[in-house]
Amino acid sequence: MTRKTQTTDHSGTSTGVGSAGRFSSGVGSAGRFSAVMAGISALLVLSLILNVNIGSVHIAAGDVLAMTWNGIRYGLADLVTGGRYAEQLNAVVNGSTQSQILFSIRMPRMLLAAVLGGALAVSGYLLQVFFRNPIAGPFVLGISSGAKMVVGITLIFLAGRIGNLSPLTLIFAAFLGSLLITAVVLVFSQKVRNMSMLLVVGIMVGYLCSAVTDFCITFANDHDVVNLTNWSMGTFSGANWDHVKTAALICFPGVIAAFLIAKPLAAYALGEGYAQSMGVRVKSFRVLMILLSSLLSACVTALAGPISFVGIAVPHITRTVLKSSKPSFVIPASFLCGGVFCVFCDLIARTLFSPVELAIGTVTSVFGAPVVIYMMVARRRMQED
Amino acid sequence: MNHYFETSGLSVGYNGKTLIRDICVGIEKGKILTLIGPNGAGKSTILKSVTKQLALIHGTVSIASKDISEWSPKEMARQVAVVLTDRIRPELMTSEEVVAMGRYPYTNMFGKLTPKDTEAVRDALARVHATELAGQDFGTLSDGQRQRVLLARAICQEPGVLVLDEPTAYLDIRHKVELLDILRDLAQNRGTTIILSLHEIDLAMKISDYLMCVKGDTIAAFGTPEEVLGGGGIAVFRPAGRAAESSGPAGCAAASSGPAGCAAESFGPAGVGNMIVAPGAPFETPDRNAIERLYDMESGSCNLLFGSIELAKPLGRPRAFVVAGCGYGIACYRLLQKKNIPFATGILFPNDVDYQVAAALSDHVVCTPPFEEMSQAQFDDAAQILLACDFVVDAGTPVGTLNKYNGKLLGLARERGIAVYSGSELRKGL
Repeated sequence: MTRKTQTTDHSGTSTGVGSAGRFSSGVGSAGRFSAVMAGISALLVLSLILNVNIGSVHIAAGDVLAMTWNGIRYGLADLVTGGRYAEQLNAVVNGSTQSQILFSIRMPRMLLAAVLGGALAVSGYLLQVFFRNPIAGPFVLGISSGAKMVVGITLIFLAGRIGNLSPLTLIFAAFLGSLLITAVVLVFSQKVRNMSMLLVVGIMVGYLCSAVTDFCITFANDHDVVNLTNWSMGTFSGANWDHVKTAALICFPGVIAAFLIAKPLAAYALGEGYAQSMGVRVKSFRVLMILLSSLLSACVTALAGPISFVGIAVPHITRTVLKSSKPSFVIPASFLCGGVFCVFCDLIARTLFSPVELAIGTVTSVFGAPVVIYMMVARRRMQED
Repeated sequence: MNHYFETSGLSVGYNGKTLIRDICVGIEKGKILTLIGPNGAGKSTILKSVTKQLALIHGTVSIASKDISEWSPKEMARQVAVVLTDRIRPELMTSEEVVAMGRYPYTNMFGKLTPKDTEAVRDALARVHATELAGQDFGTLSDGQRQRVLLARAICQEPGVLVLDEPTAYLDIRHKVELLDILRDLAQNRGTTIILSLHEIDLAMKISDYLMCVKGDTIAAFGTPEEVLGGGGIAVFRPAGRAAESSGPAGCAAASSGPAGCAAESFGPAGVGNMIVAPGAPFETPDRNAIERLYDMESGSCNLLFGSIELAKPLGRPRAFVVAGCGYGIACYRLLQKKNIPFATGILFPNDVDYQVAAALSDHVVCTPPFEEMSQAQFDDAAQILLACDFVVDAGTPVGTLNKYNGKLLGLARERGIAVYSGSELRKGL
């Protein structure tokens, strides 16, 4: 055996020099994780402040802080005492135009952007690990196409019959469409042995839904087509506190659940065969994964429309910054990072050409696509060296 | 019944369709079982079935006298670890992190590594001589390094049974040998029972305690390498009759000349036509063409003695006669094979290394009993073939008392005006 210790391979030592010191890399990555989390949190706070601060009506930063503080104070007090502080709370929230803008427009909007952005990032990350495919995103399983199909059918065929459509109806329609497609993919996930086949199934189902949507559009009037196009561009405008509550109720448990399955998820990085051999119940895990990531992206699609590229770009950015793909690190970091990304993009979307608002998807794509290209090329080069 | 790993009445296949049936094998703890057989024979199917990646169609697999179908995934993971053929590309994972995944069945629900787990990871890396790869990104490793790291991952899962599907694929010769050395060490020093599939028959014979030949819809053979492949032993002289086995040293039998029924095909590998054998030389024949049969080789051959592979032999009337011996002939034989010139050779002793290659490549091998002087009879046979050839090759073998007839053969060729080339002249071209 002593002789054998010398017969080690030296062909790759140029990239990873050192031996003993390298062994405790676990500690290093944990330290890095804390640093990155602190950095992203700071960015999130900054982006939230900027977001409430900037807009067509300028609100001074001091006022924002004071109003927010009072709002939180009275809100909490109201909650604890069961409504005894309702008057004070009302005074803070509706006291002035500025506070109305702050509390009923900007704050719910940015909070919604933060929560949904985080949810998208986590949803995308789950699918990337699951499919071991770096460009798998939340909508790769055809969820946005399914949502658009049902929204389209609702707008075009049902709108005439049930009169005026409330935004709530569209949210339900989008959610229904997402879950419909999820169910189809789930059925296939039990039949198909190969993961990449499942990816193909998702993409094909997406095309099928697009075909149905296009078919509906053929018979639609211009007004409905415009509505559908607007919906499919995605936006956070019109966000209210109910939206924020709904998003939080779905996304927070979803992200926590994702964090709890970090261990089997890490095993999936070695492929389904190895995961199974280490004790992962592959079939039920598939169902769990698809349900979880679909639920997150369905929630986003329903509340803000399909938002492209966040789900693909943010997990990449996060992993590169963390220099690790450990799910227990990447999931919380992606969630925060997705929030920051979306809040910034939304800020740009509503201020860049103000008063005209850009679709959020426009901004996320412009920033997301180059990032993904750059990172893929850079990483490939790193691996080939 | 002290079989640690055992299958009984096992049928395996995909989607309920049986591919291979009636697999009944058992091996003891700490032994190595190797599956050999042609591509697509179902080696991987068997391996996937015994690791529960595929549902069994029929029968049972038991480890340590327990039916594996009754185990939970976690128990199964603690008993059986695998090295698969899947090419994995985990991103941003160090080798150490890949190896640490092997602790999966032992860690808590967050996958937290205890000091004991870290120790197991370190130990596994040391066992595969990959300690210095610990901090390196898995994606930057060479194939040989990757395979060692994946083996370390399986080792630190602390399995009773380790299953490896073609672990030596993509590896160069040095890494193949190193990997198999590690497996041997695991089996002997850790008592790990190892089941693997290999394409290298020669290595399979050397590492395995048991061989399983997979062919068709059943197991063609199962047993020790000696039982399955006849040990690859050299043709040995034995007294003509079994009854006479105890009578004196083996060599004696050859002396008792007489036209004994020594069928040519019972002598060398199949396909060696027109073998001219000394009369009265009964050979015991190990099953030397088991490999050719297992793999349905229609041309070429595999020498089990050395594990060397020869390409298809040139067919037709011999155009050249190689006077060889003492290993000098091998290069000439292979050269003629490359030029696709059918040839005959002689006079050889069967214990000459030249004989092993000649038997695979030559149309006619004139040979003579070992440890005896060549006789006039063999010279006459050889001369007859030589005179019908276009040219003669002098391999350069020194001529001594025992092979003096070879010198006479060269003399005869010159005398009759047949061109005699040396090995180097042959190489330069005729």
